[in-house]
Amino acid sequence: MRDPPSYEQLNTNFDWAIAERELGYRPGDVINIGWMCSDRLCRLGLAQKLALLWEDYQGNQKRFTYNDLRVGSNTIAHFLASLGILPGERVCLFLDRVPELYIGFLGILKTGAVAQPLFSAFGDESLCVRLKDAGTSAIITQKKHLHKIRKIREQLPNLRLCIVVDVPQASLQERETAFSMEQAPPVEHFPIYPTKAESPSVLHYTSGTTGQPKGAQHVHYSIIAQYLTAKWVLDFRPDDIYWCNADPGWVTGTSYGIIGPWANGITQAVLDSGFNAEKWYEFIEKYRVTVWYSAPTAIRLLMKEGAEIIRKHDLSSLRHLASVGEPLNPEAVIWSREVFGKPFHDTFWQTETGCIVITNFPGMEIKPGSMGKPFPGITATVLDPKTYEPVNRAAAAGLIALRPGWPSQIRGYWNNAAGYQAKFRNGWYLCGDRASIDADGYFWFMGRDDDVINTGGHLVGPFEVESALLGCPAVAESAAVAKPDPVNMEVVKAYVTVKQGFQPSDDLELEIMNHIRKRLSPLAMPQEIEFVDSLPKTRSGKIVRRILRCKEFHEPVGDLSTIMED
Amino acid sequence: MDEITQVVRDYITREYLEEGDERAITETTPLISGGIVDSFSMVSLLRFLEKKYSIDIPDQCATPEAFDTVERIAGLVRRFQKAEVIKG
Repeated sequence: MRDPPSYEQLNTNFDWAIAERELGYRPGDVINIGWMCSDRLCRLGLAQKLALLWEDYQGNQKRFTYNDLRVGSNTIAHFLASLGILPGERVCLFLDRVPELYIGFLGILKTGAVAQPLFSAFGDESLCVRLKDAGTSAIITQKKHLHKIRKIREQLPNLRLCIVVDVPQASLQERETAFSMEQAPPVEHFPIYPTKAESPSVLHYTSGTTGQPKGAQHVHYSIIAQYLTAKWVLDFRPDDIYWCNADPGWVTGTSYGIIGPWANGITQAVLDSGFNAEKWYEFIEKYRVTVWYSAPTAIRLLMKEGAEIIRKHDLSSLRHLASVGEPLNPEAVIWSREVFGKPFHDTFWQTETGCIVITNFPGMEIKPGSMGKPFPGITATVLDPKTYEPVNRAAAAGLIALRPGWPSQIRGYWNNAAGYQAKFRNGWYLCGDRASIDADGYFWFMGRDDDVINTGGHLVGPFEVESALLGCPAVAESAAVAKPDPVNMEVVKAYVTVKQGFQPSDDLELEIMNHIRKRLSPLAMPQEIEFVDSLPKTRSGKIVRRILRCKEFHEPVGDLSTIMED
Repeated sequence: MDEITQVVRDYITREYLEEGDERAITETTPLISGGIVDSFSMVSLLRFLEKKYSIDIPDQCATPEAFDTVERIAGLVRRFQKAEVIKG
């Protein structure tokens, strides 16, 4: 078995044109991710190669070859086009990890429409905010999620179509359409829309400190970076069986749960199941998974389950392990070396970067706890937070910044040009995280630079939580902040003042928690609610979350005399 | 089915099962792996149990495995009810 190339070898004469050549793309050509991930592989002789091994929590299984991907995505594309979906329109995928989600993603892109995947655990309010902002025309979903859409439908004038993949038409209401991928007549040939490099492809919503979530707008050219980063960082080889734990409702689940592996012609395995250590190890053993891309929260949950359970399974197929979501703690790297015989390689990136930008490479010495080094072609540094100039001292803290221009960088936030511009300073893109760089060039994560809460690898915007909290009859004011957590890195904590006539109580706490869980999502649910008499405010009446966050992290608040009320 | 099992089952059906989800929650329905409860929403379920039964379940016992079925959750409640009696 070949050794992976060294970091220095990968950097020598690097050019993104390497990926263009390998994918057969020339500048100015048509480039369509849907075609690149299905038809192209069939033309390369991989039509009968397995592309997707799917299993659900009950053990039901399905298998799809690359030809199945091609025909299935054609069929969905044809169906959408027949319903009048036009290029550029947003089509939401609101599905559990069923095959229709993965194949539907390619189908949407083949029509020239924009795929808007949303996490199926989102409550109706989270869903509504994102569909309204995107002006989404159609949503593809399952019967179990239909009630959320019916609840908000009247607030969404642009939503013309609701397509349900697992029920017959007879059980649906007006403006709802049944579609069965298995029963629909297969479409061998679909005229794929001739998207170009800068044509919009995917719209992922991500949270910020202020305002509601922002739609991160990706383009078809992103595949250039997703293909090459997947190949080099995840160390893909032709016979690999790859498992990515991420849900395509989040960017990891599309960049490395659909585009990256399929652009590389890899067989990927998908388990549509919640966390269960026994089931996960069984899955690796059963499908002989070779490359596993997981997340620190999942790894820490596995650590809690102990090593005994691992010894019951043959996990010798595992060759390369990687992790993304939040910083991977050194203990997790050391643990995985002990129990799997190989370390998890931490990778760093975000919705806006579209691809891995700082990483521990397969052929590189891992410093446990480090984020690794920039991917070739990515210029990364840390900036002084006051001058926005690079900090050129080893181990000095600064803001992680990237020089714009890599292929999968988002091209903007949907309907929010000012929000996008605010991400740039002095010609650098600011990631919103703090880090230092050591003398060997390794990056070390230090924390967020804003109020966004990174819980289990997902970003939760405090504003969205606070807005939903105001929907609770008892809540007068609130502040949502991060609280450290040993498993999820951070969890949401809410400070709440109650209206006159209401009393803080355990019942009220549970009522508020369940309200947020159902309206937003389980991960946005405050894991703790602290009832207070008042919240810290500036002289102009703005709540100062920073004080509360510092309290949670036992950090000094600094001088606030100029902004605070007396 | 005893009272605790029934209370837990009814609470999960009412609070956690999505309206369109036609699965019947039984004592052995997989809750975590079945995607009905996740590691985040376990916290509100834990709060409910602690309040309803006046018990204190330590974090290290509130694992996804321990919360994966109504049967296991009810067993956990019974275990800590006994512990409370002994403490008392």
